[in-house]
Amino acid sequence: MKILCFIQTLDGKANNNSLESLFAAQEISKNNNAEVHAVVFNKDVATKLSSYKLNSVIYINNSELETYNPEYYLKSLELINNELNPDLLIFGHSYETRDWVPRLSARLDKAFVSDCVNVQFESDLHFIRPIYQAKLNEKIKLNNQGIVSFQAGSYSYENIIEGSCSIEEKSLDLQIDLTVRPGERFKESAEGVDLSNAEVIVSIGRGVGKIENVELVKSLAEKLNAQIGASRPVVDAGWLDHSYQIGSSGQTVSPKLYLAVGISGAIQHLVGMKGAKNIIAINKDPNAPIFEISDYAVLGDIFEILPKLIEEL
Amino acid sequence: MKICVLIKQVASEDSPLLLNEDKLTLKTDSINFVSNEPDTYALEEALQLKEKNDATVTVCTLGPESSRQVLKDALAKGADNGIFISDDGIDTSSPLSIAKTISAALSNDTYDLILSGLQSNDIGFSQVGLLVAEYLNTSHASLVMGTEIINDKSDIKVKLELENGWFQWSELSLPSSLTIQSGINSPRYATLKGIMSVKNKEVKEYTKNDLAISEDNGYSVVEKFTPLKSKETTTIQGSADEISNQLVDVLKNKLRIVS
Repeated sequence: MKILCFIQTLDGKANNNSLESLFAAQEISKNNNAEVHAVVFNKDVATKLSSYKLNSVIYINNSELETYNPEYYLKSLELINNELNPDLLIFGHSYETRDWVPRLSARLDKAFVSDCVNVQFESDLHFIRPIYQAKLNEKIKLNNQGIVSFQAGSYSYENIIEGSCSIEEKSLDLQIDLTVRPGERFKESAEGVDLSNAEVIVSIGRGVGKIENVELVKSLAEKLNAQIGASRPVVDAGWLDHSYQIGSSGQTVSPKLYLAVGISGAIQHLVGMKGAKNIIAINKDPNAPIFEISDYAVLGDIFEILPKLIEEL
Repeated sequence: MKICVLIKQVASEDSPLLLNEDKLTLKTDSINFVSNEPDTYALEEALQLKEKNDATVTVCTLGPESSRQVLKDALAKGADNGIFISDDGIDTSSPLSIAKTISAALSNDTYDLILSGLQSNDIGFSQVGLLVAEYLNTSHASLVMGTEIINDKSDIKVKLELENGWFQWSELSLPSSLTIQSGINSPRYATLKGIMSVKNKEVKEYTKNDLAISEDNGYSVVEKFTPLKSKETTTIQGSADEISNQLVDVLKNKLRIVS
């Protein structure tokens, strides 16, 4: 078996989610002796990758690839795929991956099993991915060649096996008629809340019902000397600024205590907070996915529980 | 301008998900089916673009008979016509198969813009709208947070959401297929007049036999299962007083968050 793992980069650094997926590739190789090749568009990262246990690092040296453009990325991987003919293409399930790899799947006519959380080694390779907002999982077997991406946090990049391998440098002919003209990246939130070092976070979900109830949760946060966070529906509704958002499109946090109030636990939220040391979730739905990863599952009505709790603290 | 919106019928968030003995299909009688929420943002964006740019909006779904309802709901909100593709005999577990089928149906017409929700809330591959872009040879963008038709309707300017709070404006040539991020707009409700108008709006029908598509989709679902819990969870329930007392105990004595 031959595996090709794409390493996404930004400002000369490898994307952590890509490195996690590289370790997943090494894990697969440990079980079936697959060759593992990494492909990267940045020279410094290529050098770093050459100190890992891989069969080779392919460094594509093209100025078109310095910043993300889906059409150049697509063309590059199409060319490299046709040259190397890997059985498995592996990606971290980043936003960029979500944007261009589906199209690669159609172009190469290879199935793309996206957002996997695990690999199981039975008689075949099986890929596990969450469905129905992580209430169920499905186990998938590729019939032959295919593409897989791994959800952030599925593996730890700190476990990558060191070694050494050669770097193969290539330049590709990327002359295509562009249909996409990306502009500069920008941030728009003025508030800029940083929750990455917060010890205690009280996080607000759609279950608080309306903006007037946000104050109730803020009073609890004050009692606990906690910072406020929120799930996506809350910031989309304008109850709190976008900078408070925790999850795949917001911040990733790992506080000592994460207290989720009225958060059901969509997978996009869970990836941003599952690293918390202790998780307490208050929700009236016993099937809320957040209870699956909670240390304390508090089943009840937040509007009855919170006033009493605030009074007693 | 012609805009097509892809909409899927999915289980509502609070539906019980019970697997049949085949470990592959769900017991559908306990499920409440609704329009996939992310797709409702795509529909709203299409309706707003229609109001600004003199466009027609077609809504398209692929699914069982019951999913005709998502077309009716969209037509009631203001879409002009619909396309219903029966999923009978089509492998709907595979994004490639779904996208090939939809692309074959859409290729009978020429759309300037194809919009879909970022992902479905059931299987959640987040792929179909982008695969359709490849099959129909259009430009594409995903995680779209804003749209504006520019350059005499030859291009579209989109605001994209990137990771870690970053955004980016990008200009795309039309035709284009965009996947829309939730929260981009506030989806409207149907009016009574809109609901009354549904019966006068055309819905084109397709079955597998109308659309020549290949069978092999590259993978098989071995089984579906309930995830094993990775943590030991203590459940706290009872009256509000009991719950509050227990929580205070946890916060003070077990986690030592407050003294």
